[in-house]
Amino acid sequence: MSEDVTGIVVPIHLDYTYTPGVAASRFLRHIAEGNYVGQRCPKCKKVYVPPRGSCPTCGVPTDEEVELKQTGTITAFCIVNIPFAGQAVECPYVSATIQLDGADIGFYHLIQEIPYDQIHIGMRVEAVWKPREEWGTTTESIAHFKPTDA
Amino acid sequence: MTEPLVAPHVLEWGYTRSLGPTLTAFFTGLRDRKIVGAKTKTGRVIVPPTPHDPDTGEDVDSLVDVSDEGVVETWSFVSHPRPKQPLDRPFAWALIKLDGADTAMLHVVDGAIETGSRVKAKWRDETVGYITDIECFVPA
Amino acid sequence: MRDVAVVAYSAWNGVEHERNEVEILMPVVRDVFDKVGLTKNDIGFTCSGTSDYLAGQPFSFVSALDAVGAWPPIVESHVEMDGAWALYEAWVRLQHGDLDTALVYAVGKSTMGDLLDVLALQLDPYVLTPLWPDPVSLAALQARAYLEKTGKTEDDLAAVAESRGRRVDRASGYIASPLRRHDCPPITDGAAAVVLAVGDRARELCERPAWICGIDHRIEQHQLGARDLTRSESAKVAADKAGASGVDVAELHAPFTHQELILRDAIGLNGATINPSGGALKANPLMVAGLERIGEAASRVLDGSAAKVLGHATSGPCLQQNLVCVMESR
Ligand SMILES: [Zn+2]
Repeated sequence: MSEDVTGIVVPIHLDYTYTPGVAASRFLRHIAEGNYVGQRCPKCKKVYVPPRGSCPTCGVPTDEEVELKQTGTITAFCIVNIPFAGQAVECPYVSATIQLDGADIGFYHLIQEIPYDQIHIGMRVEAVWKPREEWGTTTESIAHFKPTDA
Repeated sequence: MTEPLVAPHVLEWGYTRSLGPTLTAFFTGLRDRKIVGAKTKTGRVIVPPTPHDPDTGEDVDSLVDVSDEGVVETWSFVSHPRPKQPLDRPFAWALIKLDGADTAMLHVVDGAIETGSRVKAKWRDETVGYITDIECFVPA
Repeated sequence: MRDVAVVAYSAWNGVEHERNEVEILMPVVRDVFDKVGLTKNDIGFTCSGTSDYLAGQPFSFVSALDAVGAWPPIVESHVEMDGAWALYEAWVRLQHGDLDTALVYAVGKSTMGDLLDVLALQLDPYVLTPLWPDPVSLAALQARAYLEKTGKTEDDLAAVAESRGRRVDRASGYIASPLRRHDCPPITDGAAAVVLAVGDRARELCERPAWICGIDHRIEQHQLGARDLTRSESAKVAADKAGASGVDVAELHAPFTHQELILRDAIGLNGATINPSGGALKANPLMVAGLERIGEAASRVLDGSAAKVLGHATSGPCLQQNLVCVMESR
């Protein structure tokens, strides 16, 4: 007589087709052309990048587009040493929130071309793009950010 | 007008579910090619079994074996099964009240079907303790 | 009890290829505010109904708030249920006595994932989900049981479809017998929003508030084979508790034709006009369609065309759970 069946594994698989939405689509199409374009809230004037189509503070559409410089400031960062499932980059690597000049919120990207123990909050960084032929409607068109020469 | 941007997104994972005493009896039963029900304090036999009477929430009284053959209470024929469903050919979903049970269980039927048809479980060659150990029900 | 009324309603539904949930919801929220001249800063309590499984993203409801604006921090709650249950929670919250207005919204983008697979996950995870039964097939089991018990026929189902504006094709094949295309709801995206207000605040905001005179929801056991699928005891009890008698207009959330017949049997709507909006057979945005029924019914009071109305919402497979909201003019 075999042992009791005390557990089962139920596999789940769901397929989705994601649409980023109107605002994020515009942002991604600008990225494919090598530009960072955010959106400004008509009420509080904050500039969001990437834009999601609304100002989460005011709850209104952010229709006005604002082209941003490709330089910014590290507002937070962490050094990732532990691999996990689905990881796209090899360990160790540095993930940071970067606030582009002219934007009011930060977004995530990688920091490279500097020893990791020299990275600090407030550091000035700039975008390093992949070769032109690898640009597409994805933020992976930017390889990483690196410290500005200045 | 530009085409909307789209990207595929897949969610895939397995839930490891512990069964508890009642469902352990049911799934162990399936592996051993028999179907176990739960008898409530009022004498009703619930299949698949629940630890509690679904009407009152009281603990059930005992576990009992029921037949792997029963009667179709209602059914629906599906010409185009969906990929994850148990059979890849046209089949019928059915609520089947097994002999000895007072509630009906959902499964699939392969073959001619009417309300009131008698059907019998077709067991897989290899059973592991899963609801699809019953490959389908077939006319009895 | 404090008197609470629906003072404004707005909704959009359709198939959306481009906008995300926030972009679908934002104009609806703006429109419902514009109808009563309010802004988010005038709202005491915000409550929403959405499903993370539609979005394929845990806690997706927190980003839906971007459509409302949540700074300075707002009093907010969420149900992983149709927006009709969010409206119930908001009604309860307004009974506390300290707040006078509430925004209720629902949003759902059913077309993004495979809705029929997603809904298999609402079933018992041990003995049902592994078989991946889709909601149309389960509804079809209920439809056959109902037809065989009552002696009604597929023509009676087709008559319901026809009266809800569906093009009936009796020669079309079954999706899942005995249900044909015209017996089943379309897969729809959508958003809806309702503003609730209390007493004098409601009278200030609109000419004819739709006063909620009864609201109740009931649920039955989950196991389909342990229920009598041919009737809806939960809808009947909810309707009785909510005081459903004598309504002029009823908006029933019946995604399938036979479910409208079961609900009519349960609620007993003598002489009422049923589903002037077309109901869920016309558009069935998941998580939204129940709140739409309440909003559509309330609109008949708001526009002065009815004195007493009923909005109904359902949830779970085969009408497992039912909510009834009765509203009247005063
Ligand atoms: Zn703003």
